[in-house]
Amino acid sequence: MGSKPIEGERKVFMTGNEAVAWAALAAGADIMYGYPITPQNEIMQYWTRLGPKYDKKFLQTEDELSAGFTTIGGVLTGKRAFTATAGPGNVLMQEPMSMAEAMRIPTVVVIQQRGGPSTGTVIYSQQEVTLTCFGGNGEGLRVVYSTSSHQDLFDYTIKAFNTAWKYRFPTFVLSDGYQAKMRESVVIYDPEARGIQMVPTEPYVGKAGTPGKDRPAAHLRNTYNIEEELLEVLSKDIEEYERVAPEIIEYDAYNTENTDLLVIAHGVVFRSAAMAVKELASQGNKIGYFRPITLRPFPKEQLRQATQQAKQLLVVESAYGQLLKIVKDNLYGLNIPIKTLLRPGVGITPEEIAEKAKALLAGKEA
Amino acid sequence: METKEILPKMPKSWNPASKPHKFCPGCGHGLVLKALGQVIDELNIQDRVVFGCDIGCSLLSWDFFNVDTVQTHHGRTTPVMVGIKRANPDLITIAYMGDGGGYAIGSQHLVNAANRNDIITAILVNNTVYAMTGGQMAPTTMPGQKTETTPYGRDIKEAGYPMLGPEMVAAIAHEGAYVARGSIAKFRQLKTFIKKAIENQMAGRGFSFIEALSTCPTNWRTNAEKTWDFVENIMPKYFPIGEYKVPGGKEE
Repeated sequence: MGSKPIEGERKVFMTGNEAVAWAALAAGADIMYGYPITPQNEIMQYWTRLGPKYDKKFLQTEDELSAGFTTIGGVLTGKRAFTATAGPGNVLMQEPMSMAEAMRIPTVVVIQQRGGPSTGTVIYSQQEVTLTCFGGNGEGLRVVYSTSSHQDLFDYTIKAFNTAWKYRFPTFVLSDGYQAKMRESVVIYDPEARGIQMVPTEPYVGKAGTPGKDRPAAHLRNTYNIEEELLEVLSKDIEEYERVAPEIIEYDAYNTENTDLLVIAHGVVFRSAAMAVKELASQGNKIGYFRPITLRPFPKEQLRQATQQAKQLLVVESAYGQLLKIVKDNLYGLNIPIKTLLRPGVGITPEEIAEKAKALLAGKEA
Repeated sequence: METKEILPKMPKSWNPASKPHKFCPGCGHGLVLKALGQVIDELNIQDRVVFGCDIGCSLLSWDFFNVDTVQTHHGRTTPVMVGIKRANPDLITIAYMGDGGGYAIGSQHLVNAANRNDIITAILVNNTVYAMTGGQMAPTTMPGQKTETTPYGRDIKEAGYPMLGPEMVAAIAHEGAYVARGSIAKFRQLKTFIKKAIENQMAGRGFSFIEALSTCPTNWRTNAEKTWDFVENIMPKYFPIGEYKVPGGKEE
């Protein structure tokens, strides 16, 4: 006990779920709360195997409502607390995350998307984009990182704790069943060895001193008596969210200058898209890609700039237009044709994207 | 002659800035929270308590005490307090809720926290109605009792039976748990129960649960006399007062 879970760095071959557990350990997470649901189970399973060696705690709750609300409780004591879920569990998770959003509680949630609606499949999808970005009865004041590889899963799980605690917005690592379950190479590391400082945490309750005598009592609430009272709080939060958004936004882009076709994809589908685009570009086609890494806040200006240099767009996703909706919203006012390859709940290969792209480049598809 | 305003003695742990409190005249919450405030004072734990309040009238206590307080969602105070206690066992967590929050929408949390023997204290105020929303049937509405959603009286064939919370919790709770039902009509006894419940948490023995029989003249539409008669004489016929589980098995 006490020694660092990872000294320096090392290259390993593991599942995405295992990478998340290692990342949470490396980030100094103190406690995980969780409820079993496929395909995220192994995050809990690795955490419960690794955790006790480093004095880390775990609570298996009665459902995802409880997993989310106990995570909030853990965070309120100033601990790095997190949970993980998927599909119908993500639906239940929206209630606690709505509270985290309202009270600026820096929760970290890892989502391993599965097919939907309803029970759907336990396998894979990109159908939890809308839910993760805008779930809850609120305005979506959250940070959502969409990962496309195991390295991303490791890197962004660590980053999620820092983003959450720096900006105090609930932060999500949005991944999927493919990334959760498949094995691939990943470099795991001690953040400090990479020069990454973990953002210090702070308790919301149980600070030193007697409330009302040595310090004011923490009176934390999410209910307001009058409309204007709520608006005042919300306006401040929205203003702050918009102010820090440029610091949080991340994206990846390739070959975006004067393209005949700009392919837009996120998550694991981005990997297929990148392979297809690079292959076609190497054959002399004017084709590029744009990958939003943060789906909330969204890299609006960057996508608009890339779009203004493109002749047409192709949005590819394993959902029936959830990324598409966000893209359209952010491109409002620009006059550009948007083509789609939408495969809800199923994987998309580079070949399928290349075929579609070739047809569009040849003007064979309207 | 000099006249002096006589103010009732307030527990030290109360937040004077939020008094007079926001509950309706004749509401029992004030008495339950007075008992709790006196217990916090007597145990000298104001700096260690985290008070969690639910949705419903209990939310009006979000700034009631000078103790760290979290107002949560309907039924979700128990898991928030469990999460706090698990992450920082030095804190004394008190989940405060109504019968709807504890026995209906949040019953899975109550059942599982009790079964896990989580070291928290839950105080549930039973006034037989959903009061904040305007007097609908609650899990604790008594047979035949009229509410906004049982205007002809609660028909147990249609609407089921009232929930017997402490009986249920005592049945599933484990050694070390403390379970009791008190009443605002027996203030000193209620305060004793609350004190034992919190001491049980402080000793790290197990889950502690108190149901407090309480009043809601606003939704009962009763005058002072009938209100008191209902809580003192009628409610205990269905909801017997006393200790249901005591570590070591010495129920009063």
